[in-house]
Amino acid sequence: MDKMPRWVDIALIPFINLILALIVSGLVVLYIGENPLEAMAIMVNGAVGSAYGWGYTLYYATNFIFTGLAVSVAFQARLFNIGGEGQAMVGGLGVALVCLLIPFPHWSMALVAAMIGGALFGAAWAAIPAYLQAKRGSHIVITTIMFNYIAASLLVYLTANTLRTSRGMSNESDRFADTTFLPSAYEMFSGLGIPFSRSAPMNVTFLIAILCCVLVYLLIWRTRLGYEIRSFGQSESAAVYAGIKPVRITMIVMLISGGLAGLMGINAVMGEAERLVADPVQQAGFVGIAVALMGRSHPIGVFVAALLFGMLVQGGGELEFEMPEVSKELVLVIQALVIMFTGALDNMIRTPVARAFAKFSRGDA
Amino acid sequence: MSTAAIELKGISKAFGPVQANKDIAIKVMPGTIHGIIGENGAGKSTLMSILYGFYQADSGEIWIDGKLTTIREPLQAIGAGIGMVFQHFKLVQNFTVLENIILGAEDGALLRPSLAKARGELKRLAEEYELNVDPDALIEEIGVGMQQRVEILKALYRQADILILDEPTGVLTPPEADHLFRILEGLKAQGKTIILITHKLREIMEVTDEVSVMRRGEMVATVNTADTSPEELAELMVGRKVLLRVDKKPAAPSRTVLKVENLKVRDEDGVERLRGISLHVRAGEILGIAGVSGNGQSELLEVLGGISPATGIIRVNGTDIDLTGRESDGQSRRKRGIAHVPEDRHHLGLILEFSAWENIMFGYHHDADYQKNRLIMDNRSAQEIAAGKMERFDVRPPNPMLSAKNFSGGNQQKIVLAREIERNPELLVVGQPTRGVDIGAIEFIHQQIIALRDKGCAVLLVSVELDEILSLSDRIAVMFDGQIMGERMPDQTDERELGLLMAGVSNGEAA
Repeated sequence: MDKMPRWVDIALIPFINLILALIVSGLVVLYIGENPLEAMAIMVNGAVGSAYGWGYTLYYATNFIFTGLAVSVAFQARLFNIGGEGQAMVGGLGVALVCLLIPFPHWSMALVAAMIGGALFGAAWAAIPAYLQAKRGSHIVITTIMFNYIAASLLVYLTANTLRTSRGMSNESDRFADTTFLPSAYEMFSGLGIPFSRSAPMNVTFLIAILCCVLVYLLIWRTRLGYEIRSFGQSESAAVYAGIKPVRITMIVMLISGGLAGLMGINAVMGEAERLVADPVQQAGFVGIAVALMGRSHPIGVFVAALLFGMLVQGGGELEFEMPEVSKELVLVIQALVIMFTGALDNMIRTPVARAFAKFSRGDA
Repeated sequence: MSTAAIELKGISKAFGPVQANKDIAIKVMPGTIHGIIGENGAGKSTLMSILYGFYQADSGEIWIDGKLTTIREPLQAIGAGIGMVFQHFKLVQNFTVLENIILGAEDGALLRPSLAKARGELKRLAEEYELNVDPDALIEEIGVGMQQRVEILKALYRQADILILDEPTGVLTPPEADHLFRILEGLKAQGKTIILITHKLREIMEVTDEVSVMRRGEMVATVNTADTSPEELAELMVGRKVLLRVDKKPAAPSRTVLKVENLKVRDEDGVERLRGISLHVRAGEILGIAGVSGNGQSELLEVLGGISPATGIIRVNGTDIDLTGRESDGQSRRKRGIAHVPEDRHHLGLILEFSAWENIMFGYHHDADYQKNRLIMDNRSAQEIAAGKMERFDVRPPNPMLSAKNFSGGNQQKIVLAREIERNPELLVVGQPTRGVDIGAIEFIHQQIIALRDKGCAVLLVSVELDEILSLSDRIAVMFDGQIMGERMPDQTDERELGLLMAGVSNGEAA
């Protein structure tokens, strides 16, 4: 078979998928009697049309970068980590414990400690399914899904009992101390002349997410461990031949993956809510799967896909608010269509595009 | 002259820019055995796949018994009286012989009448063609020779008049292969037409009436077998003169490098695959392990290469190596000077999706040459090292950035050999070094192995190709059913004796 140019694989095909998803979404909007073009304009405008919109879009994108990277790293070793949701929740718990238990003099120290706490807790939550996969052969897809439910129940229990605030009726922890509050985008960027909204939740964690993209890239493509991870992912039997130990790789990869998911807790728990709520992750762990699929498990792709999904979430929220006919469920349908087209139906587009390119390049020759 | 059983006219087929078949014409007369030979990638399999309906030709015509026929899928091929016996059998392991034979050719929803009919038909075929099999035996319980007979019976049951066999003797012992050829002669005598695809020149000379040679997608010659010679055929296949015999000096073995004592391996089901192997290899000699595949050779290779655990003793240069613990992995083996060229380069030796340079450091990626500092690998250095090795081992194209999957079988094998041989290992363990490799590359690979021996390396060679064992080895050990049946010197034995040992007949019985 002919090889397609790389840009077709990483740019054109996802783009076509996205357009198809939007066309189908437009038909749905048309069906309920609204103008699809107008809906589209509201979504885009809501997501990137204002400093306020950007502040939310990038906040969501930060979450998705962490969970998307988590899925990507595991996928390099052909491990399908569906547990990003649970690992991010438990990571959030780690962040919350650090912030609640230790009196920090300055936010920067709190941030470093919270990174360690979030990553350790997330990694620990991934370690059990990883061990069961590596040593017992229990399929990681099943165990990580189950661990999502356990994590969700654990957080509900803790926020309703052990960690529950004494003030107010809601199921959440006490508010963290002021010294743990992370600088918002407004505080960080207004000095540079970029006017971010004061009320949007985007914060310094966004920079950590970008740093993680770079580190993951270096890990996978520039280090010996990354080489071993990719080898193992491509062919377990060949990896064993080369003396790479499957148990070791499975454990390490899942710890890194869980740690990345856990870091999401900083953004959601420390950066936004500033307390532990019962569901700090809000499905971002699952969106991370779509982000990784669409981003081809490459950090740059993950970054772009996370941005897109951030726009969808923020723009979708605005759409729901602006168009009375458009319900919350319909916004979910639109998001689901994008996930379906970019992730699950990828091969539907890939084959004809590949064929078209084969024909095209033969015509050239 | 009667009409041809099969006539192909102007068949062309391209995969992208690769012209797999170019204007192929071939005519096979009924009641003959027609051989097709050619190197890997010459287009034999593509041509047969077109005939059997797996692919559609871009252009050209297929005439069966003088009728223009379109074959869009295998069912149409079967309808036209074509039967195919694949290299890898397509049998359901836990079905009986009878169930496999009617599978896909049942007469109705209820099985009983079909089975009864098949049983009668099978009996007739068995008598007619010397094709005896127990209809109620489970496939997983009968040997490969038997399984192949089931495949032939399957085709005959579907009233095939034309039988295509793709590399049928790869898995057979010499006596089994002889039996197969007797069956083919019988079929031919009954007027069946047989197309035999093989790369073994000896078989072509033995059984075919006519032989067609393919090279790079083209049919370069069709000759009467009686009028040709193996040398001529080899030259036609490769396009230049080839040395069929390997040139080598007598071995000068010195100290013992590898000593194996009472080595035992059990598989996952607890079945003993190696049942107490003892052998030794000295520096500067090649010990050849002959045997039909599946008699424990793979397990022996895997234990030596650090892939699977074992019990017993393996000593390299006088020190025991770990067979079960932390030090029993491939990395530890490499540190002890053991290089392993695995039997199956696609599943073990290479990562097909990786580029050539990534494959050339594979297994040796801890070497200082490949590290820039403690954390980061030196990819540029790895690419340069790979380019040098590919140059010296004549890998074509010598481009280290290309994915391994884009190289031909022979060049893939050269990539593996370049990686393992240039380390100057103490012991080279090599399995099926020329499986799926074209004749031109075989010559080169054999020379490299002998050159390594002459440098003082101990070589353990496992091969199912008796010719290869006989021409390369300084000593030959024959494996059967997880044991060594005996050792012979290559100049004091012949294929007949080795064939008997491979079939499990030991000395006393053979005499």
